[in-house]
Amino acid sequence: MDFLIAIMASAVRSGTPVLFATLGEVVSERAGVMNLGLEGVMLIGAYTGFAVTRATGNPWLGILASFAAGAAITLIHSFLCITLMCNQVVSGLAMVLTGYGLSALLGRNVIGETISGMAPLKLPILGDIPFIGPIFFQHNAMVYASYLLTAALCWFLFRTRPGLNLRAVGENPRAADAMGIPVSAIRYFYSIFGGGLAGIGGGYLSVVYAQMWIEGMTSGRGWIAVALVIFGLWNPARAAVGAYLFGGVEALQLRMQAMGTSISASLLLTLPYLMTIIVLTIVAIRADKGIMLRAPAALSVPFRREDRD
Amino acid sequence: MIRLNFEPRLDIPGWINVLIPVAAVIFGLFAGGILFFILGVNPFQAYWAVLIGAFGSIYGLSEIVTKAIPLMFTALAGLICYKMLIWNIGAEGQLCMGAIATVAAVRYLFVDSWVIMFIIMFIAAALAGGIWGGIAGFLRAKWNVNETITTLMLNYVAINISEYFIYGPWKDPMSMGFPFTANFPDSARLWVWGNTRIHAGIFVALTIAVILQVLLKRSKWGYEIRVIGENPRAARYGGMNIAHNILLVTFIGGAVAGLAGMSEMAGLHGRMSRGFTLGYGYTGILVAWLARLSPIYVPLVSFLMGVLLVGGDTLQVVMGLPLASIQILQGLILFSVLAAETLSKYKIRLIRISAGPAEEAK
Repeated sequence: MDFLIAIMASAVRSGTPVLFATLGEVVSERAGVMNLGLEGVMLIGAYTGFAVTRATGNPWLGILASFAAGAAITLIHSFLCITLMCNQVVSGLAMVLTGYGLSALLGRNVIGETISGMAPLKLPILGDIPFIGPIFFQHNAMVYASYLLTAALCWFLFRTRPGLNLRAVGENPRAADAMGIPVSAIRYFYSIFGGGLAGIGGGYLSVVYAQMWIEGMTSGRGWIAVALVIFGLWNPARAAVGAYLFGGVEALQLRMQAMGTSISASLLLTLPYLMTIIVLTIVAIRADKGIMLRAPAALSVPFRREDRD
Repeated sequence: MIRLNFEPRLDIPGWINVLIPVAAVIFGLFAGGILFFILGVNPFQAYWAVLIGAFGSIYGLSEIVTKAIPLMFTALAGLICYKMLIWNIGAEGQLCMGAIATVAAVRYLFVDSWVIMFIIMFIAAALAGGIWGGIAGFLRAKWNVNETITTLMLNYVAINISEYFIYGPWKDPMSMGFPFTANFPDSARLWVWGNTRIHAGIFVALTIAVILQVLLKRSKWGYEIRVIGENPRAARYGGMNIAHNILLVTFIGGAVAGLAGMSEMAGLHGRMSRGFTLGYGYTGILVAWLARLSPIYVPLVSFLMGVLLVGGDTLQVVMGLPLASIQILQGLILFSVLAAETLSKYKIRLIRISAGPAEEAK
């Protein structure tokens, strides 16, 4: 029982950075902009968060800076995809290259340094609930922030007027435009906001989780976040389930390594990636049979007012 | 108020195909220079180091070609899929699987004749890469699983499998604990030119480039691929089998990338060590795009990208910058190509919009 609780608690802990990035991508894709460059954006966020925390000694400023940096770098992608109507897949790949290179160059002087990170915070009352408490409510403030953000985004997307406008822009930009909704402005805003959240995902990784900077430290988490958006059917709550599932596989793999199984560490490391493929396939099979929802209709389709469909 | 207005160009002049990549590379390097300056790296010193490292010696020149060889393979591998709008970004993993298959062939199927050994390694690497790419292709063709993500996830899986072998069962007992496999025997090595590191893999890559150029531009199959990419609806009405073609291009693409692994193992390294893929799979995507998805331009663009990679090594040695710094330039060049493509498709004009009547009344 203790073992199970420990695994599930660390699933939440290691799922959290992926969750932030996934939520950002949900928002961006709901508005019609696909950002495959999350891996690069997260790395930029991770470096910036670490550097600012190290300079100021305040992890909150670090997280804030990682949001700003993620948003700033995503501006390039937004400009290319929205104003210049470029191919979003290729632009995303360029984001990965640039983000990786830039963070490696910036981070060359802080390799090996450590910071104190964020103090653990056990929530009163909630943290004392048996089973649930240790799994969900004995972490740190950023984990609780991710719960609030997930709930807030669910409410915003499906229960508010601006949320409806956001979805309209991703589903049918022509109709949205006819209703007087500023399609391009909305796409800019939410794709940049989504980039900021991915930046926080990276910042969490360096500031709270690892408490140091390592070149390429996201090791595919950005890509997994892109996959989890599909798994989550563009719904923040389902995306959270996916992120914790991923975190669980990672926690299990770490635990098995620590216990010294005879299975090689390299082979265990393939588990999260294989699971992502399997999960995506299951979702796709179900979508194929018409059981599940599909992607926003105008996802990665540029909008030009003068074009005819 | 001023607004950007995009008007489609009705006819796109031919010279634009040359201008786009040239202008993009120049702009990318320019933007990269500014970025380097902001980050406290002297851009003139950095670019000078790149130039000297690449062109300053016979060794540098030969290294450009050595690095261009795997790039040709991976660019061709990606290109054939992108023609059909299949976003296979898994050349890195397919290269890795090809390399694993090559090492396996040398370990378990060794014959002391270089001709037979070449054939065995060729088939093993092509099959391994092809299957690795084909997995993603199969999932896409059958259930519409997003191939961008599956190919990328398979990259991480392949790299970890190679590390399993390098640290585990295939580790050379004579390596004093260092993680690499045993050296290939001489008859499993490709021909090498004099005392450079340029090897016979270049002929394999050039042959594939020519074959793909002819297939894509002249054959009925190449026509089908182009139609499916440019107008899937027309392709479906025309009775073209899209699922079948997805499987085919991902398998062929994977096989070509797998051969990059063979050429790196048998031609260059002669053994498998940690981190041998060096990101060639990802740089290949950039090469394919800069070559405007034309196989015939791939060798030239690979050479140019080889300059950048050799220069990156120099930056690392001379200026102590991380090897990944060169990815900044790669990313900026790719952004510039994309932007330049839009500028070639549309005429962009600044138009002045007079303020509405409500505003004027104020």
